[in-house]
Amino acid sequence: MHPAPSIILFTTLSGLGYGLAAMLGLGLLDPANIATKLAHVLALALISAGLLSSTAHLGNPQRAWRALSQWRTSWLSREGVMALATFVPLTWSAWLAVIEGRYYWLPGLLGTAMSFVTVFCTAMIYASLKSVQAWHTRLTPACYVLFAAAGGLVASAFFAACSAALSPLLPLAALVVLAVAWWVKAQWRARTRELSPLSTPESATGLGYLGRVRLFEKPHMTENYLTREMGFRVGRKHAAKLWKIALAAGAVVPAVLMLLLSAMGPGGAGDVAVAAGALLAFVAGVLAERWLFFAEARHAVMNYYGGE
Amino acid sequence: MTSLPSLPTPKKLGLVIDLDTCVGCHACVVNCKEWNTGGYGAALSDQDPYGADVSGAWLNRVHSFEVVPQEGDVVAEAGDARIVHFPKSCLHCENAPCVTVCPTGASYKRADDGIVLVDEDMCIGCGLCAWACPYGAREMDLAAGVMKKCTLCIDRIYNETLEERDRTPACVRTCPANARHFGDLGDPHSEVSKLVAARGGIDLMPEQGTRPVNKYLPPRRRTPLSASAGMLEEDTSDATGFFGWLDKMLDRI
Repeated sequence: MHPAPSIILFTTLSGLGYGLAAMLGLGLLDPANIATKLAHVLALALISAGLLSSTAHLGNPQRAWRALSQWRTSWLSREGVMALATFVPLTWSAWLAVIEGRYYWLPGLLGTAMSFVTVFCTAMIYASLKSVQAWHTRLTPACYVLFAAAGGLVASAFFAACSAALSPLLPLAALVVLAVAWWVKAQWRARTRELSPLSTPESATGLGYLGRVRLFEKPHMTENYLTREMGFRVGRKHAAKLWKIALAAGAVVPAVLMLLLSAMGPGGAGDVAVAAGALLAFVAGVLAERWLFFAEARHAVMNYYGGE
Repeated sequence: MTSLPSLPTPKKLGLVIDLDTCVGCHACVVNCKEWNTGGYGAALSDQDPYGADVSGAWLNRVHSFEVVPQEGDVVAEAGDARIVHFPKSCLHCENAPCVTVCPTGASYKRADDGIVLVDEDMCIGCGLCAWACPYGAREMDLAAGVMKKCTLCIDRIYNETLEERDRTPACVRTCPANARHFGDLGDPHSEVSKLVAARGGIDLMPEQGTRPVNKYLPPRRRTPLSASAGMLEEDTSDATGFFGWLDKMLDRI
């Protein structure tokens, strides 16, 4: 599948934004601190930027409002509805924190729950497609939700460090969720690599009874919308390398830094820099992971185009 | 509304494509483009149409496959190796995954005849339906930013201003090999249903659970070349008169 930069940015940024919003909703950070107020604003900004970048790949973005109508059947529609609805508790919480400097559990917990539901809906857009076998598993939403939670905890550790109010438990929690997220992701990847294809050129053409089927001539000499959209290969060539980069940047570096942060204790010298490093590395790792999520996925239609 | 019709549609209009007789001439492809670029919805645009990297939206494409029997590995050496031309357009699935994923309601399956259509005024061009379709039946029109697909020539088949024989999809009307047939596959007594029953018509990718309406007639088994060697000996038993006498005399020599 073609890894459109707009979709990779959207899922990464909005995932981080919802993760941070979910942690703020739990009241993990003291809203009296200026860094916590900034965290609320940043979470909303990340979510909004993600949503705006997701409209960048639409053919007719001016009609995007119509996407709110088909929530009965479409996960994309459900995601749109949830994304808009989640702004209500998140903005309420942000208002209370930024203007009044206080935390209120009702919008907080509601925001946490709805943030995770929105990320779940995003993941289900992909997981619901039977035509893309790598995505069609419960592990897909599990990865998305866990990555959002891990990102939210790492970002919370950063903002807590900024306020010199970092409890050692927060980086430890981040460490645990990071480990679980990447473990589930490794399961996802192992499953993808061991899959035997659901559809083959033989089942796609119904000619398997005659023998082995191979594309002889494409319908057109040049690429078309389908081969550009579903027949992406560049990422596969470097898949092993990119996976190691994703693991190093997204898992190992933030995990080690979170451990360090926990050992340093509150107000340790340079803890802000350590936490910032962990957050940036995590985002870079997730970007690489999202790239692979698209680039490595094979679409059933490639059985008609000689794609493996 | 992107919910699929809750009851089986009373009619299941669709195509039956004969892989035995298709000669791969692409006439159906060209006529489809020609009709549909001026018919239902936005024109079927091409990008860089006169340049080196030409591409565009097509609703029907012909692929060609090489089928090699397990024993042989080179075409023409093994007895049954063959090239099969394979026209492909929307299969108007009963369980159409492209419809249910649509976030706007632009994609829908008609409850009366089962045709899957896109309302282009509602389409936002997100492309998710093209991802959901395992057959590659939907292509984005890059000029209009909306999804295009086979309409089963809905502007021909119900069009009473056309002569009756023209009220079939453009691809069917134009096929010089009579490899494409149009009809109601929900009616077991229709010509197309009888054809499917007689020739063992099949679904493409049944494992995807889409339950396509369009059926494909598999190529007939061929007689191996070696089996026709005996035909060289002529049968003259029905020769009479002068030629009969000549035949007998020559046999005797």
